[in-house]
Amino acid sequence: MVEWTEQERSIITGIFANLSYEEIGPKALVRCLIVYPWTQRYFSSFGNLYNAEAIRGNPNVAAHGIKVLHGLDRAVKNMDNIKATYAELSVLHSEKLHVDPDNFRLLADCLTIEIAAKLGTAFTADTQAAFQKFLAVVVSALGRQYH
Amino acid sequence: MSLTAEDKAIVKAFWAKASGRAEEVGSEALSRMLAVYPQTKTYFSHWKDLSPKSAQVKKHGKTIMAGVGEGVAKIDNLNAGLLKLSELHAFTLRVDPANFKILSLNILVVFAVLLPAEFTPEVHVALDKFLAALSRALSERYR
Repeated sequence: MVEWTEQERSIITGIFANLSYEEIGPKALVRCLIVYPWTQRYFSSFGNLYNAEAIRGNPNVAAHGIKVLHGLDRAVKNMDNIKATYAELSVLHSEKLHVDPDNFRLLADCLTIEIAAKLGTAFTADTQAAFQKFLAVVVSALGRQYH
Repeated sequence: MSLTAEDKAIVKAFWAKASGRAEEVGSEALSRMLAVYPQTKTYFSHWKDLSPKSAQVKKHGKTIMAGVGEGVAKIDNLNAGLLKLSELHAFTLRVDPANFKILSLNILVVFAVLLPAEFTPEVHVALDKFLAALSRALSERYR
């Protein structure tokens, strides 16, 4: 069981309450596809991903970025039970989507960078610690059902 | 994943903008690493004060970024250029090389915090590759 302090809970809910999903979701996924180009393997149906310009302008990428970010909402609402909350999503990513779970960590790092860029110095070391802890729990839950 | 000519150009251009704040970047990155990855504190058990404002953290942040700057200057041959630093980390400090990745991530986070407009995905990938190459050079003499 993951233990959360009151401060950690309020940091996490605070970040998501003030988040622009339409802005950060696409940016995080775009960054991931550019910085870790092998992640593009999962998006061959998305059309043109040939270069950074194409990735940035791709509406499928943007839409998917928003979808993924909203996917984190359930974890924020169920922080004491993220493992169970994501059991089905984990099966989906393993059995249907066949995503290497290391990619979850890569996207999590890109999301951390985008939040850092957005919040600037308000993204303190304590904020970063809480946010990365949250994402680590999410990443672990998403990889849990792989076998 | 070796550095292309373009990667090197991007790294040098970004470093020209960031190096003026090297000390700030270094101490921020170090503080964040100690806070977010507490296992890294084990290497600093001889320090009295691990808080971000401590003189030791600030000084060490500066030392680390001087190493990064040396990497930028010797970007065309990191393994040979950083041999002495590698020997220091391998034989004296004996830092587990897994921690190089951790510090690298925190350096990138601080770049995003302090220079969000410049730290585009294109710059990010070049710097990520550079820090990975730097880490490999530092690991060169371990075994």
